[in-house]
Amino acid sequence: MTTQLPPGMHIETVDEKIMTLNVGPQHPGSGHMRLIIKVDGDYIVSCDPDPGYVHRGEEKMAEYRNYIQNIPHLERPVIHDSSNILYPYCLSVEELLGIEVPERAKYIRVIAAELNRCIYILYWLAIYGIFMGHSTMFMWPAGDRELFIDLLEAMSGARVTHAYLVPGGVRNDLPSNFEERCLRQVEYFEKRLKEYEAVFYQNPLLKARTEGSGILSRTDAIRLGTTGSVLRASGVDFDVRKKEPYDVYENLDFQSIVMKEGDSYARSRVPYLEMFESCRIIKDALRKMPKSGSVRTKLKPNPKGGNDEVYRRIESGRGAIGYYIVSNNRPEPYRVKISVGSFRNLICMPYLLKGEKLGNMPAVYWGLNYWPVEADR
Amino acid sequence: MSTIAPQFRLSRFIASLFDLIFWVLLIFSLVGLPIVFIVLFYIKLPVINGQFMTPYLALTWMADPSRTLPIVKSFMHTTIFRVMAFPGFGFAALLAAATIFVERKFLAKIQLRVGPLYCGKIEGILQLMGDGFKLMSKEIIIPAKADKPIFWVGPLLFVGTAGAFVSLIPVAPGWVVANPNVGLLAVFAVIGFFPIIAVLTAWAANSKWTFIGGLRALHQMVAFEIPLILSLLGVVILSGSLNLSNIVESQEHFWWITFLPIGAIVFFITILAELERVPFDLPEAESEIVAGWLTEFSGMMYGLIQLGTYLKLYAFAGLFTVLFLGGWNGPMVWPPFPQDIITHGITIGPVTAKFPGLPLFDQDMLNGTLWFVIKTVGVILLILLPRGVFPRVRIDMILHTGWYKLIGLAFVNIFIALGLLYAGVLGPGGLLH
Repeated sequence: MTTQLPPGMHIETVDEKIMTLNVGPQHPGSGHMRLIIKVDGDYIVSCDPDPGYVHRGEEKMAEYRNYIQNIPHLERPVIHDSSNILYPYCLSVEELLGIEVPERAKYIRVIAAELNRCIYILYWLAIYGIFMGHSTMFMWPAGDRELFIDLLEAMSGARVTHAYLVPGGVRNDLPSNFEERCLRQVEYFEKRLKEYEAVFYQNPLLKARTEGSGILSRTDAIRLGTTGSVLRASGVDFDVRKKEPYDVYENLDFQSIVMKEGDSYARSRVPYLEMFESCRIIKDALRKMPKSGSVRTKLKPNPKGGNDEVYRRIESGRGAIGYYIVSNNRPEPYRVKISVGSFRNLICMPYLLKGEKLGNMPAVYWGLNYWPVEADR
Repeated sequence: MSTIAPQFRLSRFIASLFDLIFWVLLIFSLVGLPIVFIVLFYIKLPVINGQFMTPYLALTWMADPSRTLPIVKSFMHTTIFRVMAFPGFGFAALLAAATIFVERKFLAKIQLRVGPLYCGKIEGILQLMGDGFKLMSKEIIIPAKADKPIFWVGPLLFVGTAGAFVSLIPVAPGWVVANPNVGLLAVFAVIGFFPIIAVLTAWAANSKWTFIGGLRALHQMVAFEIPLILSLLGVVILSGSLNLSNIVESQEHFWWITFLPIGAIVFFITILAELERVPFDLPEAESEIVAGWLTEFSGMMYGLIQLGTYLKLYAFAGLFTVLFLGGWNGPMVWPPFPQDIITHGITIGPVTAKFPGLPLFDQDMLNGTLWFVIKTVGVILLILLPRGVFPRVRIDMILHTGWYKLIGLAFVNIFIALGLLYAGVLGPGGLLH
């Protein structure tokens, strides 16, 4: 029974013991993506991530708009972390156009970026909680996000997509009375974070479920090119804010969080501990910030970049985000390439899930700190 | 706030009132009266003033109010009342509905939310009714390749089995729907049906998610049925009876939880697993297998499953109360019925009205029901609490817990009970009996 198949096609051989599950794109346990999982009983034989359902062509769109018009649409891939995904764009455009940023604006950018990092991590933590079936851990971070959303609303006027960071500084100055309000809310939030520890991270069932599952060794983490919290949970001390400090990060007092275990529990805990460091950075920056001064260097109308290329990267909630911008003497960039942490962390998912139990899939999947929309860009 | 609608016309309003009265009368005469006659036919009617009541004579309560209460009282001692109203389906469904509301508010308070708020004037108390109407009005979708008869009958079987379970729980002295001498064995038999229903409906839906969920439910329930049965043997040994009413009567002086705390803890954990509640809600783990074996149910079929789940929750909490917390036993707190109303009647101005047939319920029954409800509600709250605190466990962890740890603890419990029995402290003829 040999049927003539077109070249390049083959009939898939199916083992009767193996069941193929399509987790996503319409599944409460997947994002805007699909995981093709083959299971043998309760064990995962292979996992094939299939991203690309929310590709929007941000990089191509950036080639048809000038440097200022690019701001609002480049933050769309991660609207929860919009300041951090705009940060490397602003840095690289400033380097390309040779703009000097005022000192006060640098501090305000750091504060906005750290507030936004907390917003993102809280959202991520809420989804992590509901993935583990812990509904309280879904509701608490989702509610506490409001603290930071309100602060950023006061700064920028928008609750989610702020477009607050622009090449040359920030869009507008802080509102009056911002420092006291920010300090009060951050201090309250630090108290709340300690309650998360009691209800979620010290929970014996959570520990029993995530400790020792999906172990990513230090060498594998480096070899597979992971970044951000996944890399640091595997014992590699790499934080762009420490290693290649941008703006005023070298003046500020904080540590990078590193854990050695490399399992799902460590990957869930590193972002949580980073929120404490973010609060420290915010408080320190509020103290050291110049109390007055300009916050934005005015650009020329429709500025032209030289015949040049530039690459800058920063540390976002999901790892390093880098912008590679090529310019050819025109108001629009010739090429904008965004390197995102989500996509680089997704690569190690098939390695981690092979041989795992199906019940570990949500913890491993969401522990990778992967945001489907950002990975597709 | 409230304003009369701008198009309001009094004549139309009165016309609509007449319309309403017409329909009420029509429906009452076509449906209500036949039902009354059918019901009266089955009731053992009382003898009042030496006159035997026929169904037609019983209808004279409309003309003679003094006959109302005796007829109502005799109706309350019929089987149909016990099955439909108290302590059967109506009572259990009322408690189940209250449980759903309390669960939502209680969980919302833990999670710093407000919970249902808008439906109904007070704290969203009508939310459940709204949800019920929504489920009734939704379309029932059946997968094209499902095994339709089994798929259809699954929710009905589930509610029926849960109802059978409810009927075995004694609420007050003498108030139980079914009181077999092997009541506890009957409970085990009824519990054994639930995994079969789960796996049948899961397989009939012909979907991968329901299939995995059904198999998980099967594994989990079978793994936890054995410690469940073993943990209750201690109570049987000490009370010397399988009859649930007798077990309650044996706890008149002390509750079995004081002597068998290990058995109570094991039984409580197995309750959580049998009810598929957090942290053992693997058969419905939404981040892995959508909604498990309930994935393909929609509309009122899902509503029936939910009703069955909460009836089951009430029945298990009631069983815990009956076996470990002394059931209806408790200090007499219900005030006795005033004697002079029975002997002299109520005097309002010049008129003195006597009500034959009072009191409707005796004091023991009301007091017993009060204590039973208080204890059961306490147990229900304990069952609800883990949902706010725990994440979900994994299937290998749950099987390990069920097969190794809980069975071992259940045996320890049995040895404690046997020790107490042979030492002559407890049990039939014991020192404390």
